[in-house]
Amino acid sequence: MIEIKNLKKSFGNLLVWQDVSLNIDNGETVAIIGRSGCGKSVLMKHINALLIPDEGEVLIDGENIHQMDYVQTRKMRQRFGVLFQGSALFDSINTFENVAFPLRYFTNRSEDEIRIDVMEALELVGLEEAWEKQTSELSGGMRKRVALARATILKPDYMMYDEPTSGLDPETSDEINQLIMQMSEQLKITSVVVTHDMHSVLEVADSVAFLDQARLSWFGTVEELRQTDHEALLRFVTASEYQVKV
Amino acid sequence: MKGLNELGKYSTLLYQALRSSTEIKTYRKNLVSELVKVGVDSLGIIMLTGVFTGAVLTIQTAYQLQLSFIPISTIGSIVSESILIELAAVISSLVLAGKVGARIATELGSMKVSEQIDALESMGFNSVSFLVVPRVLAGLMMFPVLYVVASVFGIGGGLIAGMLTGVIPASEFIKGAQLYFEPWIVLFGFVKSIVFGFVITSVACYKGYYTSGGAEGVGKSTTQATVLGCMYVLLADFLLATLLL
Ligand SMILES: Nc1ncnc2c1ncn2[C@@H]1O[C@H](COP(=O)(O)OP(=O)(O)OP(=O)(O)O)[C@@H](O)[C@H]1O
Ligand SMILES: [Mg+2]
Repeated sequence: MIEIKNLKKSFGNLLVWQDVSLNIDNGETVAIIGRSGCGKSVLMKHINALLIPDEGEVLIDGENIHQMDYVQTRKMRQRFGVLFQGSALFDSINTFENVAFPLRYFTNRSEDEIRIDVMEALELVGLEEAWEKQTSELSGGMRKRVALARATILKPDYMMYDEPTSGLDPETSDEINQLIMQMSEQLKITSVVVTHDMHSVLEVADSVAFLDQARLSWFGTVEELRQTDHEALLRFVTASEYQVKV
Repeated sequence: MKGLNELGKYSTLLYQALRSSTEIKTYRKNLVSELVKVGVDSLGIIMLTGVFTGAVLTIQTAYQLQLSFIPISTIGSIVSESILIELAAVISSLVLAGKVGARIATELGSMKVSEQIDALESMGFNSVSFLVVPRVLAGLMMFPVLYVVASVFGIGGGLIAGMLTGVIPASEFIKGAQLYFEPWIVLFGFVKSIVFGFVITSVACYKGYYTSGGAEGVGKSTTQATVLGCMYVLLADFLLATLLL
């Protein structure tokens, strides 16, 4: 369970957001939505302590991640899989090695076992053919899928996805959404999905957090979202719906 | 104020590196490839720099000593001593600030802005141990080796240039070189090269690791790593000379 309590973050004079509180139950998928630059990625990076808040705390299963020492923080981070907005693949190694990377350092698996696991993970994202390609040879969408394979290879308890479907064609987006749902249902993974793709939100999320005006403007379930009369949220949702329906 | 802040961040990074230098398993593989990149890949340019430094030094020393009544072998003494005590370490470090320092800052800088360092951290890696420790260690280990190479090729270059231009026969050059040779000069050169290796790689790691602002930021870090690397090498050279001579 992830509890975010009264979080506040600013960079110099820029207040990103304050008073952000929300709970994410085990097995639940929460979507964080909001306009570009509203601080979605920044919020995500607080959950595994890549960023330190000005105020407030983040509890993972009751433990404050910002008060742990580095060794404990790293242990905790290993329970998370993270898909970064820009994929963040290591460009000095190829696709296969990127996915194998966590296995090599955090498990004692043999070379054969690693090969099987990696190819299985790549197959799941439809990229088993590309295993030998260098990062620079992959398209943006392919990178995203490789990064997804890498993030999930250790079967984490928590997954965080930053814009998993942006820059992908509708069909691939749909496959990624299916993967996210599959992960959370079959493996009971607790997920945080940062996105501005409403289609994806409605498909994968249980609840939705809407960041606006430097605070958590709205938080509720997807059912509640369908009936909301929150003005800014409605504007945000309708704006995206045109994109989906055309 | 800003300088103090930077110094604080730099020391913190070094402290983290020192503390995580025990995690050998994390950086073993990277250390090997860094030793190759810092050492083996720099051999060519260091040999070239060495040869030309020695050659020019011989010809110029000969020119400056032309009118005086001192034995010709003095050229050999001056050239070899200058190379061992100062030039081999300093000139090759200035060259390496451009080669090794710039590469390190660019590598780490682009890893930083493309969130690769965040990705390492979020997997539970100690990114300092993974990235900074092997690079600084490679500097500490390889710069002395390159110092030896630069010295050998520098003195060799001087000897050959003296022979080819006819200003000093090889036998006289060698006689002169041996005459005033003292082992502590080489020791001093070693100390210098280790310090310079540390300065260049640690400054470059620091600049790269704290890069911000996209591709432009990477460019800025690279420039700063090179310029500051050179400046601090000269400063350290001065300090070492005052302290140890
Ligand atoms: N390391 C940083 N230093 C300074 N400012 C930052 C930093 N990271 C983010 N910001 C600022 O914080 C704000 C929120 O950034 P963030 O990346 O979280 O936006 P976002 O909601 O993810 O947007 P997008 O949908 O475009 O990805 C932005 O104004 C950004 O400029
Ligand atoms: Mg973002």
